[in-house]
Amino acid sequence: MVKQNLLNGLVLRGCKFLAIKDLPRQECYIPGSAACPGCPATMALRIVFKAFGKNTMMIVPACCTAVIESLHPYTSFDIPVMNIAFEAAAAGASGVEAGLRMQGKTDTTVVAWAGDGGTYDIGIQALSGALERGTNFIYICYNNEIYSNTGIQRSGATPFAAWTTTTVSGKTEFKKEMGEIVMAHHIPYSAQACVAYPEDLFNKLVKAKNIKGPKYIEIMAPCPPGWRFPMEKTVEMGEMAVETGAWALYEVEDGKVTFNGKSKLILEEKIQRKPVEDWIKYQGRFSHLFKPVKDVKRIKMIEEHIDQKWERYRSCYLK
Amino acid sequence: MSSVMIDTGNYIAAKAAVMCKPEVVAAYPITPQTTLVEGIAKYLATGEYKGDYICVESEHSVMATLIGASSTGVRTFTGTSSHGLLLMHEMLHWAALARLPIVMCNINRVVGPGWNIWADENDSISQRDTGWIQFYCSSNQEIFDTVIQSFKIAEHKNVQLPVMINFNAFILSHTSMPVYVPDQKDVDAFLPKYKPIWKLDVDNPITFGNIILPAEYEKIRKDMQDSQENAKKIIVEISNEFKKKFGRYHGDLIEYYKCDDAKYILLSMGAIGAESKVSIDNLRKEGIKIGLARVRCFRPFPQEEIVKLGKKADLIVIDRNISVGMEGALFSEVKASLYNKSDAKTYGFIAGLGGKDVTFGDIEKMCKKVINGKAKPVEWFGLEGV
Repeated sequence: MVKQNLLNGLVLRGCKFLAIKDLPRQECYIPGSAACPGCPATMALRIVFKAFGKNTMMIVPACCTAVIESLHPYTSFDIPVMNIAFEAAAAGASGVEAGLRMQGKTDTTVVAWAGDGGTYDIGIQALSGALERGTNFIYICYNNEIYSNTGIQRSGATPFAAWTTTTVSGKTEFKKEMGEIVMAHHIPYSAQACVAYPEDLFNKLVKAKNIKGPKYIEIMAPCPPGWRFPMEKTVEMGEMAVETGAWALYEVEDGKVTFNGKSKLILEEKIQRKPVEDWIKYQGRFSHLFKPVKDVKRIKMIEEHIDQKWERYRSCYLK
Repeated sequence: MSSVMIDTGNYIAAKAAVMCKPEVVAAYPITPQTTLVEGIAKYLATGEYKGDYICVESEHSVMATLIGASSTGVRTFTGTSSHGLLLMHEMLHWAALARLPIVMCNINRVVGPGWNIWADENDSISQRDTGWIQFYCSSNQEIFDTVIQSFKIAEHKNVQLPVMINFNAFILSHTSMPVYVPDQKDVDAFLPKYKPIWKLDVDNPITFGNIILPAEYEKIRKDMQDSQENAKKIIVEISNEFKKKFGRYHGDLIEYYKCDDAKYILLSMGAIGAESKVSIDNLRKEGIKIGLARVRCFRPFPQEEIVKLGKKADLIVIDRNISVGMEGALFSEVKASLYNKSDAKTYGFIAGLGGKDVTFGDIEKMCKKVINGKAKPVEWFGLEGV
């Protein structure tokens, strides 16, 4: 982690927090969590709470976090949390924001915290509505590319060829570009981050907190049981997602798109993205692409799809 | 000094809601509810409504938004109808289980297909098990008064449940009637600012609605049932308090009309309930001892009152709804209430589905069929081609 920080320090120059040791000591993610070992959602939640502080309310739809919070009458979150139905996070947050505003409590940060199922699929309508209405809140999607809480089913964020319990021989479709769907709403701030880059995530969260209006942050969250990799490899899987270009770190401020960290270097072709094969070969969800015989065709399709994505990024966002 | 306002049920409901000063209204338009939410938008534009008005993108989000707002401890209101209510279904359960005193008008409208916008109570009857208190109104004045009473009932510490105020599409929603509108200060005195028992609060961080084991969950259900039972008493108290303060009374759980010496008692809800009074008067002119018990509150259901009626008269029930595969919902509830407690004969009619008119003449015909001994236990009145 420390080694990685030094690397990030180069590209995060000018930001307030350069290293993880500089993050606030305050913890609102407290003992008692029911998360799996190596859970990326909990790693991200720690950073989220450090960035937002105690004057925060969180709206959580059906997702792993509804379990992670732990069992009534206990909680592992030291802020007020309202659980809400699967598709309703953004609408519930709209109500919380309005209720607080009508009481003059405009300094409280209202956060909707949802998985990719609750964001890309069942919750996209409520999210789009809240973004269009200009609700003053931060919507965070922790994207583990599956319905993990229900036991690893495909979502709109699941990548092509990945095994899930509902795509037994690999998903036949490519994932949608949620970040660009959000961009089309022209909100003041949106960003893509990754749990492997906590400083970058922290800076994006702080930036979002200080902007009025709707904000959207999506966090790549490699899931050990869902992706089938060892629980101590969450950070490496996140790093590789960025280094292979499968995931991009960027932020959009009032329509201006800025790529961050290694994604910036990939965009500007200052470094070559690593072959995606180097990443997926460590994930059990892609093991059918490597044995009994290597599925060269589908691996090539994944590579080409990532190349096409970066070509589009370059044509749209490289100045 | 109260004033008189002549307007449609929807605009009257909007006026009443605004006078209750909800901090948050969220709404999505659906025929025939539209003029209700337009009414609130108009009051927002004129400054008479000072709360927040959120135009969300679906009825599901309407209820989710109000759940969020109500959870912060503010008063909330909305209106919907038919498919809108059905889309809310999941969140109706959520609001009730979360014990949030949200108040909503539902304009009873047909459920499709085929598309039909007229009066029919299947929309709200199919939500009866969500835990919401349900009123059915029979006049615009009753709509106005019930909206004000409903906030007080919902927010009562021994109730803490959402309330749905139902009234028939067009027959009330789009029909103008004169309504007495009290002074704002009198409404304020009757309905003080909402003081929540619990709320989302950064100074007291709790997680609301997280995972709960069976034994604890069962207690939540039992508490809801107890609160509905409490509501039976509290609705009577609040209806009487309203009568004392404003001089108007539409019944509490039930409105009785000429029941004292009745050998037959007609039970109905909503607009048919109002129409039935004309029929009762006409039948009494013919010497028939008949009365009307208009069921105003369907949840909690007034079982004890129904048993009292069953001990002195035979009961004729008209339902503008059908629980398909069984019978009219009110008829089922009436019979269930009487079981083992009364020997009254009961007769059920299904009438006015799809918005078909049910006139006082029709109601007289149904009653006479029973009185003349020609009615089957369950009948569809006026079904064409049968």
